[in-house]
Amino acid sequence: MVEQVPLNHALIVTTLMFFIGVYGFLTRKNLITMLISVEIMLNAVNLNFVFFDSYLFPGKLEGHFFSLFIIAIAAAEAAVAIAIFINLYRNIRSIDVEQVDKMKY
Amino acid sequence: MEFHYTIWIVTLPFLAFLINGLGSGKLPGKISGWVATIAIGISTFLSYQTAFQYFSSPSRDKIIAFKTTWLRFNDTLQIDMGVLLDPISVMMLVVITTVSLMVFIYSQGYMKNESGYDRYYAFLSLFSFSMLGLVVATNLFQMYMFWELVGVSSYLLIGFYYDKPSAVAASKKAFIVTRFADLGFLIGILMVSFYTGTFDFEILTNPEGLTFSAAASFMGLSTITWALLLIFMGGAGKSAMFPLHIWLPDAMEGPTPVSALIHAATMVVAGVFLVARLFPLYSVFAPSALEVVAFIGAFTTLFAAIIACTQFDIKRVLAFSTMSQIGYMMLALGVSGYGGEEGLGYTASLFHLFTHAFFKALLFLGAGAIIHAVHSNDIREMGGLRKHQPITHILFLIACLAIAGIPPFAGFFSKDEIIAATFVNHPIYFGIAVLVAGLTAFYMFRLYFIVFWGKEKTYENTPHEASTIMLLPMIVLAVGSMFAGFIPFGHYVSSDGQSLALHINWPVAITSVVIALVGITMAWKFYKTESDSSEKVARAFGNSYKSASNKFYIDEIYILITKGIIFQMISKPLAWFDRNVIDAFMNLLAATTNWVSSQIKEFQSGQVQKYAFIFISGVLIIVLSFIYANQ
Repeated sequence: MVEQVPLNHALIVTTLMFFIGVYGFLTRKNLITMLISVEIMLNAVNLNFVFFDSYLFPGKLEGHFFSLFIIAIAAAEAAVAIAIFINLYRNIRSIDVEQVDKMKY
Repeated sequence: MEFHYTIWIVTLPFLAFLINGLGSGKLPGKISGWVATIAIGISTFLSYQTAFQYFSSPSRDKIIAFKTTWLRFNDTLQIDMGVLLDPISVMMLVVITTVSLMVFIYSQGYMKNESGYDRYYAFLSLFSFSMLGLVVATNLFQMYMFWELVGVSSYLLIGFYYDKPSAVAASKKAFIVTRFADLGFLIGILMVSFYTGTFDFEILTNPEGLTFSAAASFMGLSTITWALLLIFMGGAGKSAMFPLHIWLPDAMEGPTPVSALIHAATMVVAGVFLVARLFPLYSVFAPSALEVVAFIGAFTTLFAAIIACTQFDIKRVLAFSTMSQIGYMMLALGVSGYGGEEGLGYTASLFHLFTHAFFKALLFLGAGAIIHAVHSNDIREMGGLRKHQPITHILFLIACLAIAGIPPFAGFFSKDEIIAATFVNHPIYFGIAVLVAGLTAFYMFRLYFIVFWGKEKTYENTPHEASTIMLLPMIVLAVGSMFAGFIPFGHYVSSDGQSLALHINWPVAITSVVIALVGITMAWKFYKTESDSSEKVARAFGNSYKSASNKFYIDEIYILITKGIIFQMISKPLAWFDRNVIDAFMNLLAATTNWVSSQIKEFQSGQVQKYAFIFISGVLIIVLSFIYANQ
């Protein structure tokens, strides 16, 4: 039996991933990099589900299925987001997030 | 004896109002006039039938012909709608329907070429309906509602020519002044019903069975006296008694047949009717209120008669004459006692109301025929009309003789009874009544001589005799003015329901006739042929003539009080307080909110990352505070 990775280590990794995503989301100006940051956050959460599932309820698969759902939804979300970016680019010739402020009023 | 059909007397004009009002502008031709006339014609017929049936029985009890509960407050207090028949209401039914019918017929000629013909007949029918509802009211509250309806229809008809600013102003004035008086009426009604627990005339006018639950008093007068004084205030407003008379002369802006119907024969006597209706209450419980009625009546009759001598607008002369005659009626009511010979004033007052309706309506319709022919209201532009309008001339002369109290015309009998009623106990009022009889004769014949004799004026179009449809009602009214005095009125209407034989009091009658003849002679001297003698006399009176011709500046005093005192002293400070304190506080709140929002609107920058940063910071703060707060 392979010795399990301790939970602490796993949580450190996911926390790091999550805050890397937050940092990217807040600092990058390119909408696509922001989208990638969001995906990193999502994956951090996915990893959390998987780890907790296998530590708390070994042999059961609820957490794994959650991860699968999230991946599917993230894929759909990415499709929508990229469609928006394309339209945005067609309109303002830019995907810089600071120029996207027409909807504030 | 069944009187169920009397409800139709009231309802038919209302139906005519609905038809004409809803079909206004859609009815073909002159059909609206016929609808209204036929409706009022049937009402007239039914009223005569009622009068015949009621007066042919010896009993003078109050009969409730129709009654339905309209509003129930509790087991004892409720408001009904119904038809109450007693001598005065039956008498009023006859007067109102007769004069209405005549005016409706006359208007078909007079209003022929006016726009708004449908509207005119709709309003006129509404007025007839409300006036009839008023006189047959079974209780004070029903009376009050119809009272207000009468006020509204009067307002609508005065302002009939709504494109004329003076007519609009006059209608507003009439409405506001009478409405102000009705405030007193309403308070009076509430007080009476509070202390007696009923609105019903049947109970209220039966002094034996009535007690007042509280003998409270206020400022030295008992509450019932106050209540009746306030009710009289309503009556004084409607009947144009001093000092609430200012609307009546201006109300002459309406079409002349309207003046004949509303502002001479029917609506303005509603105040007299009101006091007569509550007469047992006044007489038994509040003799001091009755003294006020007599005083106001006497003052108004003299006051208006003096003004009437100085006016030059034919309709205004008649308006002041109306005020003066109503003052007569009020005076007679005021000096009357309850029951037996003491009640002579009561009978005389209603008798005068009855006869006055005929000759005053005739005078107004005659004036209408003259105005129609001359296209002016100013008697200085008239003269020598007897050649152009021979029939109108004769009819007008009959009416003048009737109002001047020359036997055997109707006015003689009723006026004689009024003067006789004052003769017994009230020497001052007697003097005023006789003096006013002379003044009445003078100003009526002043009008008559100026208009029909005098020097012929140059007219744009030669004046023509009125059309048949206008002359016919005038002839009917002239017959009434000639013979109405011979009705044994005391036999039908008296304060306590017992038959009262009216005798002619010869010394009084001779005095008043002589005075009237003196008045006529003076008018003849001054105005038969145009001369400057009248102006000389006027100049001799100097300032008093001037102030009389300016209606004793009552309008100006009203303006001074309302504009100068109430607006300046009360309304303006209140308006200032409203604008600068109450509004300012609200404005301050709004301005603060505005300022704050302008300060913080920068937060909404449209930068998604900023929002996310704030959101995440917030979440972090909350999480950290949860973690460290627990330690």
